[in-house]
Amino acid sequence: MSQLAELQKSERLEFVTLVAGGQNFCIEIKQIREIRRWTPVTVLPHSPDHVLGVINLRGAVIPIIDLAAKLGFAKIMPTERHVIIIIAVEDRIIGLLVESVSEILGVDAHTVRETPRGPEDTTTRAILGIIPLGDDMTKVISLSALLNPTNQVAA
Amino acid sequence: MTGDMTMRDVFFEECEDLIAALTEGLTAMRDGSTDSETVNAVFRAVHSVKGAAGAFALDDLVGFAHTFETVLDHVRSQRLMLDDRILHVLQRSGDVLADLIDTAREDLPTNTAQVDPVLADLQSFLGDAPAAADDFVFEALTLAFDAPADAASTHVVTFTPNAAFYTSGNDPVLVIAALQALGPSRVTVDMSALPTRLDDLNWQAGLLTWQVEIEGLGSDLPILEVFEFVDDLCALRVTSSDTEAMAPADQLATSSAQLPEDDTAEPASANLQGDTPDPKARNAADRSGGRAASSLRVDPERVDRLINAVGELIINQSVISQRLQHANLPNAAELFADLDDYKLLAREIQEGVMAIRAQPVKPLFQRMLRIAREAADATGKMVELITEGEGTEVDKTVVERLADPLTHMIRNAIDHGIEAPDRRVAAGKNRQGKLRLAARQRSGSIVIEIADDGAGLNRPKIREIAVSKGLVAEDAQLSETEIDHLLFAPGFSTAKEVTNLSGRGVGMDVVKTAITALGGRVAISSQFGQGTTFSITLPLTLAVMDGMIINLGDQTMVVPISSILETVRPKAADLSQIGLNNTLLRIRGEYVPIIDLAERMGQAVTSRDMTDRVLLLIQTDSIPQCALAVDDIFDQRQVVVKSMQGNYGEISGISGATILGDGKIALIIDPEAVAHGNTAYTVTNSHNGRDATYVTAC
Repeated sequence: MSQLAELQKSERLEFVTLVAGGQNFCIEIKQIREIRRWTPVTVLPHSPDHVLGVINLRGAVIPIIDLAAKLGFAKIMPTERHVIIIIAVEDRIIGLLVESVSEILGVDAHTVRETPRGPEDTTTRAILGIIPLGDDMTKVISLSALLNPTNQVAA
Repeated sequence: MTGDMTMRDVFFEECEDLIAALTEGLTAMRDGSTDSETVNAVFRAVHSVKGAAGAFALDDLVGFAHTFETVLDHVRSQRLMLDDRILHVLQRSGDVLADLIDTAREDLPTNTAQVDPVLADLQSFLGDAPAAADDFVFEALTLAFDAPADAASTHVVTFTPNAAFYTSGNDPVLVIAALQALGPSRVTVDMSALPTRLDDLNWQAGLLTWQVEIEGLGSDLPILEVFEFVDDLCALRVTSSDTEAMAPADQLATSSAQLPEDDTAEPASANLQGDTPDPKARNAADRSGGRAASSLRVDPERVDRLINAVGELIINQSVISQRLQHANLPNAAELFADLDDYKLLAREIQEGVMAIRAQPVKPLFQRMLRIAREAADATGKMVELITEGEGTEVDKTVVERLADPLTHMIRNAIDHGIEAPDRRVAAGKNRQGKLRLAARQRSGSIVIEIADDGAGLNRPKIREIAVSKGLVAEDAQLSETEIDHLLFAPGFSTAKEVTNLSGRGVGMDVVKTAITALGGRVAISSQFGQGTTFSITLPLTLAVMDGMIINLGDQTMVVPISSILETVRPKAADLSQIGLNNTLLRIRGEYVPIIDLAERMGQAVTSRDMTDRVLLLIQTDSIPQCALAVDDIFDQRQVVVKSMQGNYGEISGISGATILGDGKIALIIDPEAVAHGNTAYTVTNSHNGRDATYVTAC
């Protein structure tokens, strides 16, 4: 809730829209460092299903997370056509594997609406708000809620 | 950043050095060294703090330093005889002074409850000649040093600010004003260095020279005080009509001659101060600061950048040698000889760069003296802290990050380890407890030991508490080492009451976490009734290590060489099965358990047959020998360690990652954790549970 209010402080917002698990999502552009093609990862032992492994990003070791799996969808079978979105959140740099990236979406801040309250699941907990787009809509991902599920409960 | 901020930062940095000198001097005095040089050194440190603090209007600090200094002056002139009481108060004053500097740095209000009693104690020594504690500030400077008061004469100050003086935001007007405040004076300016044509003017260079004549000063000290913060930013020369008394100024006079030329020749060097200080100006700074060792202040970030670059250089070196080996060049012998030279040079550069970051543990140990003193006072115990190996050098980051764990451990040792004086006497020991803090180098690592001669660990008690807190099962069979390590379990605390010092139930597990984060480990040895020794083993450097590159399934991993005793290709005759899943290796008559690394790393178990594997025989501090089974070994080389914790979190059994020549990432195995994994699951579940939450945090 407060995150949405925080977001709406600025007038104009820009998002990168993407597809994960066959659905539309978007991430605020300020949180995105770069977008790159899938490269093979080094698998980490004892990691949960959604953690694919780590890659070498110009000398830094970056973990890669399957966004679809993280949101509760089936795992993505990565191929060269898949895309990794490198995000920076709370001093951490993480890569999110998604099916595709569509466009940059510029909207007025007030068009971002609160998520209608319904039964909660893995996906809705990571959603900060929704943006109507003509007949369709897209969902704004809260990276902090996505990556720190426990913090979100406390907040 | 404004010039003023920079000056302030420099001030606090210098204060750190001064406090270190002060602590060292006070410790020497306590140990019976009462020669005038020691007392003078302490006096100078306090005096320098006071003088500089005055410039920043830190009144509380100046006031306290002034009283402190006056007492020291009495000691120096033997008006006060040193006894235990004075020494004790002086030590506490040193602590308070350090605290005042810290609060001033943070812009916090002064903790008067802490300062006032010590201030009162100090004033009590001044007795019937009460130093007017209220009107100190700057005229107090005249009492400094033994300049005969009748030697008042005319001083001529000649100074030429260099380019850095201006770029760091200083203003000659302020300096001149401060000089004029010292007494009747006359100011002239020498503009001869200015070019005749305006086009030729390099406006960034310092071309003006001022001459200030001041009358009626007893010594040149007040003048040097004015230049305390800018003396390496200008050519300074102080002469007096009474040249005999001005011996130190001679050095300055010779050094000042060249300076202006240097500056016009190199206006580009007008960088931050401390960057490229002229060695001669540096001498002058050292002399007036009373410091013997000359040093260079460098932004740590620059050093880190250099270290990273050297790390990449070493990776690059292994890539090239790998490529050349694969290239199968004819007549490559000479090339490989050159390559070996390259390797040696790269190593040398690396060692040199590491040495820049290396710092002696001495300041850290000196801080512990204070911690021990306070802990002993608070618990009413008598403790002597003995430090050994203060010159041992460790990476700067390690020194900084060791402060908290060491503080915890010292407090713990005094609070829980060392007994109250009466109980010690009853046990036939000296009333005063002994705490030994020692550092030494041991083959690629640093070992720090904290040993007390206290009661030792009460193992049945520890076990009982761990059971009552649900950390271990009641019927668990634990070895002594395992029981000792329960101390590090989160939420474990043996103190029956919560004291100020320790016993909040967070202590030792925090210590362990901090040390593990530095790539080190802690071991305990204890004899009931005789004392306890904690030894911390730390890697010499954090950035690069020697690793053995291994194959595990389809993955490449690295095992630190430091923990590998030898590698073995086992014969069937040397292997014996225990049950279905465990195998023992017989080596030189000993039986050593084999751990399948692939299995520990979560890979599917394909075969229990060990005959086609390579075994790495490892030994660590807390675990007896064991053998790690890997698929193959294919190289041994230096790897640059990259942390995983920032972006991902802790992974059990993995200490970090490195980037191989082909750009792929290889995980670095933590043999200690892998070997420990055998017992960790049975001893404490919370350890396991914590790892699980770490992982899901991503």
